[in-house]
Amino acid sequence: MVVKVYGPVFASPKRVLVCLVEKEIEFEGVPLDLLKGEHKDPEFLKLQPFGTVPVTQDGDYVLYESRAILRYYAEKYKSQGTDLLGKTVEERGQVENWLEVEAHNFNPHVFNLTLHVMFSSKLGIPRDENVIKESEEKLGRVLDIYEERLSKSKYLAGDFFSLADLSHLPFTQYLVGPIGKEYMITSRKHVNAWWNDISSRPSWQKVLQLYPAPL
Amino acid sequence: MATPVTVHGPPLSTAVSRVLACLIEKDVPFQLIPVNMAKGEHKSPDFLKIQPFGQVPAFQDEATSLFESRAICRYICEKYPEKGNKGLYGTNPLAKASIDQWVEAEGQSFNPPSSVLVFQLAFAPRMKLKQDQSLISQNETKLEKLLGVYEKRLGESRFLAGDDFSLADLSHLPNAHYLVNAAEREELFTSKKNVERWWGEISSRDSWKKVVDMQKQST
Repeated sequence: MVVKVYGPVFASPKRVLVCLVEKEIEFEGVPLDLLKGEHKDPEFLKLQPFGTVPVTQDGDYVLYESRAILRYYAEKYKSQGTDLLGKTVEERGQVENWLEVEAHNFNPHVFNLTLHVMFSSKLGIPRDENVIKESEEKLGRVLDIYEERLSKSKYLAGDFFSLADLSHLPFTQYLVGPIGKEYMITSRKHVNAWWNDISSRPSWQKVLQLYPAPL
Repeated sequence: MATPVTVHGPPLSTAVSRVLACLIEKDVPFQLIPVNMAKGEHKSPDFLKIQPFGQVPAFQDEATSLFESRAICRYICEKYPEKGNKGLYGTNPLAKASIDQWVEAEGQSFNPPSSVLVFQLAFAPRMKLKQDQSLISQNETKLEKLLGVYEKRLGESRFLAGDDFSLADLSHLPNAHYLVNAAEREELFTSKKNVERWWGEISSRDSWKKVVDMQKQST
């Protein structure tokens, strides 16, 4: 069964794509242009009532929220591809811990940077320099904590690559690329080593090749 | 003897109360260690060792040390599947995925605007901080629109993730409780038929009533 993934060129759907590649699951991207507002079309809202991407369709089974999709496929296909959840309940707990950190401490700031630096003109919203400055400061403090964590542990949840690291790939790729703030990563020794490691995984390189950035 | 489960943080904190509700639903005994945030205890070097972001709660179960309330809730359900409410995190993969979807919706879409409103309307006045009317108005609009999506969902399904109360509903209790009881925003929930029905059901669960008691006793 081929899993359909809506909006594959955008960042949040790429979390799902890289997970599916790691788990050796076949998928098909379904184009959806957020810049043209296609996520607000009534037909799309029937699938995803909040009007956001990604949504996955696996036969009749529809699921949304990227991190929910990650958990579902990582668990369903636990015995195939890369193990992304850890081997014990305790290791899984660490994966959940750092996946939530990504969702609540990391993502909000890098998302604001993405919106204002990359997409504001395209979306017709004013670019807010105060938001950019504050988001960079807050993100910097979060990355300092990551630096400390990654000085003790090769990956965020422990010595194994997991959903927690994977979830950071798409927006960090924006941060070091089109957002123009690579120094935030390269100036932190352990964060830099971690970023180089996870972003050079063949799975991530494959996703970038298949679906270049939308701008 | 195994070290009991320990939660660090004030029960008045929304994130702490989320974990307490889960532990009580799952019938898992625990010890609550207060953290005095007014005195900055959450930023002390000792606390930062167990929660490097200086946020509450922090959690320990034997040798396992965790933070982030929704991660802790998932861990509790996975570690103690046979205790208390066995269906809280689903008993099959599809049920679990639906619960995860709605816990994510809570975390990504409900939590941000409701947290701002709770802070502005319930906490800022008590802390003698000036309220930001434009922030209040923006987030009221966001929440109103969001609850429109919930209204439709709850017309199709008794609880958010399906026919049974789950982590997805539980995750909403802390912020919704303050909106209704401390921020004078009950109307957000009572103006929509299905949302009102749902709120009535989930907020009257024994586990939530016990958490509210713990909150009252801590003041």
